[in-house]
Amino acid sequence: MTTETGLETEVKKELKQTEEEPAAPEQKTQVQDEAAQQQQVDPKQEHKGAEKTEERSNNKETLQSATAEQPSGEQNTDTPPSPKPAIPSAQTSPGVSKKGKEQAAGKGISRFLPPWLKKQKSQSQVEPKESLGREDPVKEEGYVQEKSEEEGRKIEVGGEDGVDKPAEDRRSLPQDSKADEKEEKHSINSAKTEPAKEETRKDTLEKDADLEEEEDKNGAGEEIQKMIKEEAKVQKPELKAEKSPEKPPKKMKTVVCKVMMLEGTEFPFEVEKRAKGQVLFNKVCENLNLLEKDYFGLTYRSNNDQKNWLDPAKEIKRQIRSSPWQFAFSVKFYPPDPSQLTEDITRYYLCLQLRQDIASGCLPCSFVTHALLGSYSLQAELGDYDPEEHRVDYISNFQFAPTQTKELEEKVIELHKTHRGLTPAQADNQFLENAKKLSMYGVDLHHAKDSEGVDIMLGVCASGLLVYKDKLRINRFAWPKILKVSYKRSNFYIKVRPGETEQFESMIGFKLPNHRAAKRLWKVCVEHHTFFRLASPEQPPKAKFLTLGSKFRYSGRTQAQTRQASTLIDRPAPYFKRTSSNRVSRSLDGAPVVSVTNHSLVDSLAAEINGKGDAADKDNAEEAGTPFRTQMELSPESKSKSLRIKGENIYVRHSNLMLEDLDKTQEEVLKHHASICELKRSFMESTPEPRPSQWEKRLATTLPPMTLGSLEEEITTILLSKESFSSYLTGSFTITAKRAAEGAGAKTPTESLSLSPSTWSTEKTQTRTDGPQPDARNITETSDEKQKAEMGEEVEVVIEETVIEEIRRTAKLKNSPDMTKSPAAAIPSGEGEEEKALKEQASKANTSSDSHSESEDEADYHPQLVKVAVDQIREESEENDEELGKESQVPMEHPAEGILLPPPPEVQGVADEEKQECKAHGEDEALSSPAEKKTEQEAEKTEELKVNGEVSRSVSEVNTQVIYCSEPPVVKTEIVTISDTFAGQKTDISTTEVPIVHTETKTITYEASQLDGSEDGEPGILMSAQTITAESLCTTTTTHITKSVKGGLSETRIEKRIVITGDADIDHDQALAQAIKEAKEQHPDMSVTRVVVHKETELTEEGED
Amino acid sequence: MAELMAGFGVFTHALVRGIASSLPKEALRMSSADVDLSRARHEHDIYVGVLKHKLGLQVIELPADDTLPDCVFVEDAAVVCGDTALITRPGAPSRRDETEAVRKALKNLGLNIVDIADDTATLDGGDVLFTGREFFVGLSKRTNQRGAEILADTFKDYAVSTVPVCDNLHLKSFCSMAGPGLIAIGSSEPAQKVLKIMQQMSDHRYDKLTIPDDTAANCVYLNIPNKGHVVLHRTPEEFPESAKVFEKLKEHMLIPVAITETAKVDGALTCMSILINMKSNTQ
Repeated sequence: MTTETGLETEVKKELKQTEEEPAAPEQKTQVQDEAAQQQQVDPKQEHKGAEKTEERSNNKETLQSATAEQPSGEQNTDTPPSPKPAIPSAQTSPGVSKKGKEQAAGKGISRFLPPWLKKQKSQSQVEPKESLGREDPVKEEGYVQEKSEEEGRKIEVGGEDGVDKPAEDRRSLPQDSKADEKEEKHSINSAKTEPAKEETRKDTLEKDADLEEEEDKNGAGEEIQKMIKEEAKVQKPELKAEKSPEKPPKKMKTVVCKVMMLEGTEFPFEVEKRAKGQVLFNKVCENLNLLEKDYFGLTYRSNNDQKNWLDPAKEIKRQIRSSPWQFAFSVKFYPPDPSQLTEDITRYYLCLQLRQDIASGCLPCSFVTHALLGSYSLQAELGDYDPEEHRVDYISNFQFAPTQTKELEEKVIELHKTHRGLTPAQADNQFLENAKKLSMYGVDLHHAKDSEGVDIMLGVCASGLLVYKDKLRINRFAWPKILKVSYKRSNFYIKVRPGETEQFESMIGFKLPNHRAAKRLWKVCVEHHTFFRLASPEQPPKAKFLTLGSKFRYSGRTQAQTRQASTLIDRPAPYFKRTSSNRVSRSLDGAPVVSVTNHSLVDSLAAEINGKGDAADKDNAEEAGTPFRTQMELSPESKSKSLRIKGENIYVRHSNLMLEDLDKTQEEVLKHHASICELKRSFMESTPEPRPSQWEKRLATTLPPMTLGSLEEEITTILLSKESFSSYLTGSFTITAKRAAEGAGAKTPTESLSLSPSTWSTEKTQTRTDGPQPDARNITETSDEKQKAEMGEEVEVVIEETVIEEIRRTAKLKNSPDMTKSPAAAIPSGEGEEEKALKEQASKANTSSDSHSESEDEADYHPQLVKVAVDQIREESEENDEELGKESQVPMEHPAEGILLPPPPEVQGVADEEKQECKAHGEDEALSSPAEKKTEQEAEKTEELKVNGEVSRSVSEVNTQVIYCSEPPVVKTEIVTISDTFAGQKTDISTTEVPIVHTETKTITYEASQLDGSEDGEPGILMSAQTITAESLCTTTTTHITKSVKGGLSETRIEKRIVITGDADIDHDQALAQAIKEAKEQHPDMSVTRVVVHKETELTEEGED
Repeated sequence: MAELMAGFGVFTHALVRGIASSLPKEALRMSSADVDLSRARHEHDIYVGVLKHKLGLQVIELPADDTLPDCVFVEDAAVVCGDTALITRPGAPSRRDETEAVRKALKNLGLNIVDIADDTATLDGGDVLFTGREFFVGLSKRTNQRGAEILADTFKDYAVSTVPVCDNLHLKSFCSMAGPGLIAIGSSEPAQKVLKIMQQMSDHRYDKLTIPDDTAANCVYLNIPNKGHVVLHRTPEEFPESAKVFEKLKEHMLIPVAITETAKVDGALTCMSILINMKSNTQ
């Protein structure tokens, strides 16, 4: 941190200097940015010591040589501010020292740039910084770091910006607004680029080794690019000016992302390897000169050729995994009323998308509509029909329909003639006015099967979820009607508000082809709901939008927000050319149809270049891992940073989305949720997440930055250093409790109870623990099938409970005086009662069981669900419930593992299914037990872990001390022998790991003795339920607290999920054991009912998604 | 909604067909009642006269075919939307041949003709409700899923939603459009149920006009230049209560039309004509 701070000051100084220089304030160009970047970067490097100087000089040399190598012709031909010349300077910058910066600038493009341009650039860089001042100090630190990092990156990428911007800027020179926006963008970018820090560090370390090599490579790539560029220039100078992302050479680990634009051409963008999706997206939008970008997104194709949306908040690399860095810019949210878009340019891109949709057949239309829309396209691009100019075949380059007939073309021409006088913008408007009426406009279709196995399509659109069978709409669920969407494995569920005559909500399930498809659909639903239905992404409870425990949410602006924001757009309509290439619609497989211009040539060239870039990238990737770790070891300081970075990677995704929950009886719950949500948000905010640009910020009401960042770190440290867990947690949870208290205000006793630590599960555990631990195996083995069945059920009910809950409870108690029962008094007593209750239940067998737990098969399950599940159970528990049948597989798997449990016959089928699923997932995700010694731990793990948690395929209910281990068949690497005292305090597990395994997934469940094994699943009355998610750098904790009253007995169940992420330096097992131990010590009267551990180990970097 | 449906109900042509002399005895029906052929024909003449003279439509009159007792109900033989005509495959085998003459006439008008080649598909035009923004297809004894699919395939611009029709012959036996965005719906429970389904399935909001008598909820809406909204509805003599409801449509030109005889063989006002807007061809 020290380093950074120092950096900041330095940078600021520099900036000030530059600022003082007379520069036309309105004109802020990328060139300036470059300069500023250089300045900022340099200071950092200076820290590295004298040796670096040499490097620098080396770099310079290389750079220079690169510059020299550039075809002189090009430079000559180019107008001074032309992008290309910029590239060399960009290259140079990273290596250039402060003093040298000016010189460097002089060498490259800057030579050709008017001085004022340069200055402006630095200025623009300065401004974002100033804006920072408003932000939280914590953030700022990170920001600075990021910034320097980003700058470093930018320098490399700089060529791109430099190329584009001058042209753009000139266009908009007089307007402040535009410039402002740009600045804001920058700041956003930097905020999001945290990972880059590592890179820099890494980079510096590696520099000696690769710099020169890289430079060479880059130089070569550059040249090729230039050639391409020139080609492009010649062919379509304008286009080039608008969008010619050049990718300059890399000093950092950068990657060239090929982005297929809506015009049908592919452009390379260079981003850091660890950059988040937002970075790339912003670049693309900038390139497109697009301000209303919230309607758009980037897609990539996963290995199974499925189209996925690039999550702006996540690292690109994680998302695309092994797929090529190839993306497509697309409309993500089709505005129901395009006329409400502010800018014509936005409408234009929407038109391009729709033309593509139509030509590809994604958006079906009738013949007449094809003709009409086609005619508007012609009008927009060609202007009025001109019999002289427009011969019969003038439209043959356009594709108006999937199958284009002569008849259609004639009709198009006929209609084109009638549009005389329409401006391009008007024609686009007409196009959209007609297109928006199409029934499939903006409908995102997903293949699925209904509950009877019939093939259907689920369509997500602005208004809700549509169900199609063949081409017929057979059902529709408007967003207001949907209470909740969730997915579990390959199943997708929606909970539907009861109709007027119905009493209960109904849960409707669909079967998706696979888990990923289900998740994809779920995400699309979450995003569409948020975007179109909500006023703002994060919602106060009043709005009845609850995201429970799910870290995934739509992080962008909603339509309402973006509309509002658009009203502030104050720039003259940007000029953009409706390029002829637009006419070419690509076939779905991406094969470009060549149009008037020789795009194909350009494309191929670009492809070549990209290929090279990729290769270089790979090299980088290979090098990436080690330096990073080394770095961590090197400086303890940096450790925290790197951890933080990892924290970003943490992504817990619970599949449930609580939509608008109107249930009156749940008002209290909602209140809780409100506070929880807020809490969650604060947590999330403390982690570096993509933040709305300043532009957005003006409009979108975001919470003031919280100081909770420290909390995360605290937790992290706890886990890492195994310091006194409780104290830290207490501290952190104090905040939680406070917040909860705030949110709840004066709470009813029940509510406070829900907060109280005593959970029935915990209590159960206690009971069990009281007695000597039964030999789990004996019990299990001797147990009849019935018990197994119960176990299966149980699995569903209890997800994961770890000690942390208990800890948490303490904290709360201490901190929440609001509770009706004072913590001290209330808890113990409550526990006692509950214990009793539990015992009673035990005797009764199943009295207290959760509604969910009872049902073995889905048939039973559903009705219960309807009654109870909705409110009671939060995401995961619910998921589990839904999964009933499937969960039961777990027992099945045990036999295989060597644990002898005769699986209940019914379960088997399911188990098989599950196994298969496991296989499917196994490739990517591995569940592993925390008890195991972890061998390979990577940052990505966290994510994976969480994912698994959702999937929770192998949660099994076992007697105390029995650990079930389910491994995906694919990767069998470990044999786990179980015998341990409960709670992972000591787990004797022999582990054999084969390092070569791609990924591993393991799940181990520790169960306390079986009180609930024999529960009858009579549903109780849900008194309250809440979910709290807390994230820290390497841990994420999700807590579900459910309070229900059944037959006079109150049950509180706390389920806690802790995700520990970290590299090898973190002993997860120990961390967990420690946590449990601490908790036990703190609350000797409590016990842990179950601990389920999912461990994922990845050898390769993969994101889930 | 009204804006979006500006062109809704605009028709220039109507296709009708005479009443076969075999109708009284052989026409399919759900109840048994004696039909007065001459009176039926008289009423039909009036019906056609309204379209032709009062509303100024170009009326194509096909001659009756006595081998096709139900041929007067031309609506079932084709679904016309814009410049496309889907020639149906009526659910009642005895009516399949009715489409032939209708097809020919529509073809002569210059419409794009789409045929149903699938032998498993059945579709009666009476089960097709076009609201101006979308189609609802009643899955009835006469219309099946496959038929609806083909309709959806034919009119790709529009959403096609299916609704179950159990207690009535056709979807339009108890509902119809009475204006842009205005659905006339019978007050019976099944009718109301269907309306609910339609409302749920639709992205659009519709107003409803609840008609006391289900059969009276079948009316014919047209938007005629210089006349504005026009609704042909059942007479007060036939359905006094329902007529009163129609009379509340202040902005509509109301034309009571009696079809007492054909109603005995499940005829309704919409059944006896296919309305076409030839101006829609150029959009």
